[in-house]
Amino acid sequence: MTEHRLDQPDRPWMIRTYAGHSTAEKSNELYRGNLEKGQTGLSIAFDLPTQTGYDPGDELARGEVGKVGVPVSNIRDMEALLDGIPLDRMNTSMTINATAAWLLALYIVTAEHQGASEDQLQGTTQNDIIKEFLARGTYAFPPAPSMRLIADMIAYTVENVPKWNPINICSYHLQEAGATPVQEIAYSMSNAIAVLDAVRDRVDPSVMPQVFARISFFVNAGLRFIEEHAKLRAMGILWDELGRERYGVEDPKLRRFRYGVQVNSLGLTERQPENNIQRIVLETLAVTLGRDARARAIQLPAWNEALGLPRPWDQQWSLRIQQVMAYETDLLDYPDIFEGSKVMDGLVEELLEGARAEMAVVAEQGGAVEAVPYMKAQLVESHRERLRRIETGDQVVVGLNRYQESEESPLTADAEGGILVVDPAVEAQQTAAVAAWREQRDQTAVDEALAEVARVALSEDENIMPATIAAARAGVTTGEWSAALRGAFGEYRAPTGVGESASADHDDAELEALRDEVDRVSEALGRRIRILVGKPGLDGHSNGAEQIAVRARDAGMDVVYEGIRLTPSQIAASAKQEGVHVIGLSILSGSHRELIPSVIEALNQAGAGDVPLVVGGIIPDQDVPELEAAGVAAVYTPKDYDLTRIIREIVALVAERGGVAQSA
Amino acid sequence: MTPNAGAELGGRLAAGDLSAAPDALNLLESSAAADQPERVSLLAATSPAALGHEPAGHVVGITGPPGVGKSTLISALCKALREQGRTVAVVAVDPSSKRSGGALLGDRARISFDPADDGLLIRSMAAGDRLGGLARPTRDAAAALSAAYDVVVVETVGVGQSETEVAEVADTVCVVVQPGSGDTLQFIKSGIMEIPDVLVVTKSDLGVIAQRARRDLNSALRSLGARDTKVVAVSALPPASGISELLAAVEAHHASCDLAAERSSRRRSQALAEFGELFGRRGLDALGGRRAALKTVAELDSGLDVPGLVAALVVSAKLN
Repeated sequence: MTEHRLDQPDRPWMIRTYAGHSTAEKSNELYRGNLEKGQTGLSIAFDLPTQTGYDPGDELARGEVGKVGVPVSNIRDMEALLDGIPLDRMNTSMTINATAAWLLALYIVTAEHQGASEDQLQGTTQNDIIKEFLARGTYAFPPAPSMRLIADMIAYTVENVPKWNPINICSYHLQEAGATPVQEIAYSMSNAIAVLDAVRDRVDPSVMPQVFARISFFVNAGLRFIEEHAKLRAMGILWDELGRERYGVEDPKLRRFRYGVQVNSLGLTERQPENNIQRIVLETLAVTLGRDARARAIQLPAWNEALGLPRPWDQQWSLRIQQVMAYETDLLDYPDIFEGSKVMDGLVEELLEGARAEMAVVAEQGGAVEAVPYMKAQLVESHRERLRRIETGDQVVVGLNRYQESEESPLTADAEGGILVVDPAVEAQQTAAVAAWREQRDQTAVDEALAEVARVALSEDENIMPATIAAARAGVTTGEWSAALRGAFGEYRAPTGVGESASADHDDAELEALRDEVDRVSEALGRRIRILVGKPGLDGHSNGAEQIAVRARDAGMDVVYEGIRLTPSQIAASAKQEGVHVIGLSILSGSHRELIPSVIEALNQAGAGDVPLVVGGIIPDQDVPELEAAGVAAVYTPKDYDLTRIIREIVALVAERGGVAQSA
Repeated sequence: MTPNAGAELGGRLAAGDLSAAPDALNLLESSAAADQPERVSLLAATSPAALGHEPAGHVVGITGPPGVGKSTLISALCKALREQGRTVAVVAVDPSSKRSGGALLGDRARISFDPADDGLLIRSMAAGDRLGGLARPTRDAAAALSAAYDVVVVETVGVGQSETEVAEVADTVCVVVQPGSGDTLQFIKSGIMEIPDVLVVTKSDLGVIAQRARRDLNSALRSLGARDTKVVAVSALPPASGISELLAAVEAHHASCDLAAERSSRRRSQALAEFGELFGRRGLDALGGRRAALKTVAELDSGLDVPGLVAALVVSAKLN
């Protein structure tokens, strides 16, 4: 035996693909195909209505059904989704948060119908609400009851579904929202503390070590893969410390830092999208290179994520990347290759120091729940800095701000531009299917089950899971379960972080000139240019909208920032009430073809049809003519990275519509 | 603006037509020279002189430091008021950036509203480059909207000065503080901050800390002899608590004050301030100095709106 080789190569990590779209049946077909291709676990992507607790047919679900994932509205959908997949042996990750208790209940009842018992079930519910408030936006309930639901699920699974990971503390989405490595570590660790403290109030102290051991993480890995690897080692050290010191976990095995990963999507480009493949490969090194901080499960984005939804072939390509790394290379043959590395140890030390300081700031504010506004503002600020570096060229992005010249890409040459287009008929079909489901079920049993869910929700210390599982059996729908809890808990709108964002510290000449123009046009109009910025639909990825809002303010505009999850009629009412000169909407979920025409119709009805509308987000080229024909004044996509130019064009649009002459 | 737009919009507001509010606010915010006569007629049409009585709407000022939970509180207040069937207009003022002149108006994102509900208006306003005090459009908006809405909420941000500013327009001033923030207590004790009509302690779900904050504020107020100021603890996050107590405290203050006298006194001092801004020392001298000016303005019709009072002062001073 030698010190530099393992006796036996390690087993590969769990190989997954984040997938789901259109309907349960279509997604089932996709899962079976992926498993045949050698995928070793499932990763379910739910659509936004399922994630936020609305049924197809709800006004807020419009345009979103089956888009970024699969719609699951009741037990029949869940059974169709997992048909022919043996749940006693499968390891399933579900990206579900606000409605996690509900989807876990559907999963448990599906397994029950297959003959599998709760203690056989393996998998993960994402179930991390703090990062939804900070970065992803699919929350449904206020912070306190949301934390209670998480604590209930952990308490329930530790006892009844012991192999289940009831929560994945997510640093992934923080990086997508602009977090630095230090922020990613500090905020996710603070988040874990808030969760563990909440559970501690609801379980017997003797089970806390088991609770601690069931907490896993979902992290991100960016292109600076050496530093990113150091980040994971630092997280492992902090986690071990936390277990020992704060929660008194004696057994080192129970203190092991376990994480799954999806590598970075924020850095993937719409221009020369083939380059994304090498980005994904390099990012994967960050989470596989060093044995002491290697991922337990990996899923990779597809090369075309900045363009639209990936097709099965695109996802297969990412699956094959993992398989080449796991089965063709010698990655798994050695002990930790960074042991004793001065560079690695130094990087880890730096990150630990930064993270501890930032964790102290969060703790001072009363912990992660109370510090949501602070952390949110910090993320907006970090993302602003990141964009500034890309704009100025301080940060090179090949194909975007450097080496832009390119041959025509054959990858995007097909009629649909190299992406998946969900059949627009899916929404109507699913709406009809939910209606039919309601017709055939025992309504009395449903009413009783919902009343019980509401009763338990309002109780002080009863666990929500048994009533939720009973509701799944009784035929309750996702929207009904969520409505019962919304009734009990109330609704909530999370802080936006934009108000606290500092104004530009780099007064470049371009921005100065733009301010002069904003002043000139504002004077001619009689009022400072006002823009309404917000996000229609259920997509909560708000960082694009936030950055536009901050830059518009820095250019001298008055910005009414309305946040996420807006219906077309809300946008129209706001535009009218606020007397804005222009509206900017951001959509990343692919629902623009349904939502934008509805917004325009609502604006006309509200008497604000003359207010120009610009749209930004992941909008495929081929959809642009249709949007423009519907009355959209301009469309911006990820390739438009120069925010100042976008604002300049918006000012010109306002001037033109307001009859303000061009400056001499 | 079309001719007579100001009078028309003002007339509609006076008649309780809430759909006139957005356009009326656009006009009140306008600094274009061509819009000024219309702006003046709009205000005249909603003035006590035109209505024959003080506008019935209760103007409630809500102020406090950033991050204290004002928008969430206002969201809960609006919901409670709408449930009582009362119409509400919220004017949410946020600071403007000194550097760019622009402003991020983020309150709307935190206030829940039903777009089908015509009885709730939310309007964000930038504070602009004011020289102390509220920007003119905010004052005008409060005056005009109070002719149409049952309750007008004016929200401002800050510590130490903002309550003085919002008192320029509000019949009832509420200062919002969160438990554990000693600043407000210090400001009150040292006299930097004027004593508000109602003090609201948010985040009462924090329990002991909130109770202690409430007690400390009460004892500070008592030591200053301010026995009438109510301290209310609320939790605006659903399930909200303390909202009906807050509404009751606001109502009680409203019932106890001499509205007509206070409002006309506010209008007079604003008019004098605006006159001073426009004509400076020379203008005041033309009225016979500051004391004489105060006397002159006090003799003018108490139902005149601010532009009306300024115009009357100009006539008295023989400046035009």
